[in-house]
Amino acid sequence: MTTPDAPVRAPALEMRGITKRYPGVTANDHIDLDVRPGEIHALLGENGAGKTTLMNILYGLARPDEGAILLDGQEVNISGPSDAIARGINMVHQHFMLVPVFSIAENILLGEETMAGPIFLDRREARRGIVELGRRFGFEIDPDLRVGSLSVGWQQRVEILKALYRDAKILVLDEPTAVLTPQETEEIFAVLRRLAAEGHSIVFISHKLYEVLEIADRITVIRRGKVVGQRLPAETDEDDLAELMVGRGVQLTVDRGESHPADVAVRLEGLEVKDDRGSIAVRGVDLEVRSGEILGIAGVAGNGQDELVEAIVGLRHAAGGRIGLQGADITHASPRRINEAGVAYVPADRHRFGLVLSFPVADNLVLTDYYRRPYARGFIRNDEAIEATAEERIREYDVRTPSADVRAGTLSGGNQQKLVVARELSRDLKLLVLDQPTRGLDVGSIEFIHRQAIAKRDAGTAILLVSAELDEILELSDRIAVMYRGRIVAVRDGRTADKNEIGLLMATGGEARSPAAAIGPAV
Amino acid sequence: MDGLINALYSIPVAGVLFQLAGYLVNVVPDISPLILQAATPIALAALCGVMCERAGVVNIGIEGIMITAAFVGWYSGVLLVPVLGTTAIGPFGMSLALVVALGVALASGVVISALHAWLSISVRADQIISGTIINIAAFGLTGYLNNLIAKTSPNGAGAFTQFRPPREVTDIPVIGWILNMFLNQGPIAMSVIVLVVIFQILLFRSRWGLRSRAVGEHPRAAETVGIDVIRVRYRNVLIGGVFAALGGAYLSMEATNSFQQGMTTGRGFIGLAAMIVGRWSPVGAFGAALLFSSSTALGNSIKFSPPSGDLGTILTSLPDQVYDALPYLVTIVILAGVVGRSIPPAADGQAYEREAAT
Repeated sequence: MTTPDAPVRAPALEMRGITKRYPGVTANDHIDLDVRPGEIHALLGENGAGKTTLMNILYGLARPDEGAILLDGQEVNISGPSDAIARGINMVHQHFMLVPVFSIAENILLGEETMAGPIFLDRREARRGIVELGRRFGFEIDPDLRVGSLSVGWQQRVEILKALYRDAKILVLDEPTAVLTPQETEEIFAVLRRLAAEGHSIVFISHKLYEVLEIADRITVIRRGKVVGQRLPAETDEDDLAELMVGRGVQLTVDRGESHPADVAVRLEGLEVKDDRGSIAVRGVDLEVRSGEILGIAGVAGNGQDELVEAIVGLRHAAGGRIGLQGADITHASPRRINEAGVAYVPADRHRFGLVLSFPVADNLVLTDYYRRPYARGFIRNDEAIEATAEERIREYDVRTPSADVRAGTLSGGNQQKLVVARELSRDLKLLVLDQPTRGLDVGSIEFIHRQAIAKRDAGTAILLVSAELDEILELSDRIAVMYRGRIVAVRDGRTADKNEIGLLMATGGEARSPAAAIGPAV
Repeated sequence: MDGLINALYSIPVAGVLFQLAGYLVNVVPDISPLILQAATPIALAALCGVMCERAGVVNIGIEGIMITAAFVGWYSGVLLVPVLGTTAIGPFGMSLALVVALGVALASGVVISALHAWLSISVRADQIISGTIINIAAFGLTGYLNNLIAKTSPNGAGAFTQFRPPREVTDIPVIGWILNMFLNQGPIAMSVIVLVVIFQILLFRSRWGLRSRAVGEHPRAAETVGIDVIRVRYRNVLIGGVFAALGGAYLSMEATNSFQQGMTTGRGFIGLAAMIVGRWSPVGAFGAALLFSSSTALGNSIKFSPPSGDLGTILTSLPDQVYDALPYLVTIVILAGVVGRSIPPAADGQAYEREAAT
């Protein structure tokens, strides 16, 4: 789907020879990018390729060392976010820039207030403007609803409305679909197409290849700070884009082979867990994972997955029910006992739970058994043994680090995650819990971690995989359980599962249309 | 009439309640101005807290700002009286020396706040530590200077005097007592009500309020829509300093005409508690301060002039310490029972670092 009627109109946005150097790295190396009016232009690249830096430069958050930015053919100097907004450039950030305790209206108004006089806000006028703007793009909204009570999909719409309210001519969306269900993604795409049809220019940042192919008019691929190619969706495919992005051929879907499930490794019976505020987050979950199979838990973030996982690995007290590991009751066992019983855990937040960032790589690799032989003799550390093990793991799991003595915090995200995986997977396991194991990682690291998971499964480990990325669940799972509001609402076979059906279950829990799921869209 | 009252008072249990009501009717008109006077420094401290924390800066140095302003205000008066004299130039016993001294006191509050703002916003030091340093330094410094000066026991610039509303107004039941509470006051205590109302309206209805709250809840979001987070925080902390300084000046320039070492006696901290009980809103914080000071006043009243009858027998049988603890007990009960969970601004106490420094 290209724009055939785009002869010689001046690009709405042109970035010429943008170069940005940080100490030790060139984040952007003479990048050229042009976006036409009414075009959806995808910017594709791995994490750390320089997409974010480029957009920060466009948004005035960083200053380029070289190069020029042109808007409608005029060279401009963007001094900061407010300047960028004044020039019609708006950004929808990957992590929503919304104040949860504010109403929709307050969030949209902020920074661009409709005033009645010099001091006070004109709330009625603002409300009217927002409702009208929403209608123009096909959604009915109540501007007085608190943003924190909205579903993620609706929060995203608020972000887009926020940009439109500021009269955005150029809209930058940074990984807008990362947290959406397939249906929500479709709805957002419809909104974006409508915006483009009205003449807005859209920069769509992503690393999901099929989405880029679906939505974009043109695709620019960057790798290590350089533009490595530009494609039209009609003339390319996923393999071609992946190769451009990574710089080598990548096997996008891991060949998972047949699974050979054996006995039940872990059994949850009527498990109930409370969240931090004391309300029930997991409501009576019954679930089995067999040795040698991967059970994927699909669900929109915040439906009790975190609490479920934390209860299994012992980080959170179960309020009721039972967790059995090959017959033994580990419901209220300590994390260390659960660990020693053969449960490994790759946490979603590797900075908070997986690693001690200020410790050396070697120490991080023995975090789960530093107190045991051979790493400790009595209460004295055995540095040689720790060092030897660390060297071995680093080699085996291909962790890119200058040495085993550097602090873990200095590694890249992908290598930090490899570090966690190396520690957790390199022993005999009964159960492996993977919580968002590839969040924020590049294609290469994802491929590696997926391979490791499959290998572990084939070695007879039971694997519980939690991910907000439905694609990851579909790709790896032998069985898929859908979690909605603390309950498992459906279990499907991993090979025959229908993506749309799972997406719908994630969004509604299988009820016709739960009234509280979201405020009813009028699209 | 008296017969009816005596008959009501003699009913078991219910009689005690009637006696309590009668006692309150008896003492409240007299103590109502005292309640607002006791609440004034606490409420001003709480307003300072709301002003800072709504923008995301925790300020536990309020106590230090208050004691500094109390000292500076009083001592400026001491120095200014010989120069400017004590001729009254306006209502409330205002003299030029007194007004200038108040101005200097407020300026000292702004200076100390600027130190806290610089440490916690620009240097990104731990805000609790910055506040603690200010408290310790302010107490030590004012105490030391007071020792040097007090040997010669000078007079201050005098104190603001109270407005006296006519008896006909204050004798009206209930309404008169409330009017008496707000009107039978000096200028600083009276200004508190005005400040609370203006602050409340601005915080929730104005552009400044919307931006301040955004900066305290989600500074990154505020920055991305072009709001200068650092500037908003500085501004609010400095304005907060004016509030706290006013509370301190009240103690040495309106409530008394002297400075005593440590005369703030924890009112800055009680103000922070009032802020929390009042859920970070100016009106709520003021209400909490009033609640606290009215239970203090009631406790004192029972201690020094207990009611007669059965109620008096019951109340006097309790040890004095119960009445000293009354304000704290009431605060705990209200906090647990009525207010429920009080949720601070999400970015409260977190230093803000600009994205992708160039």
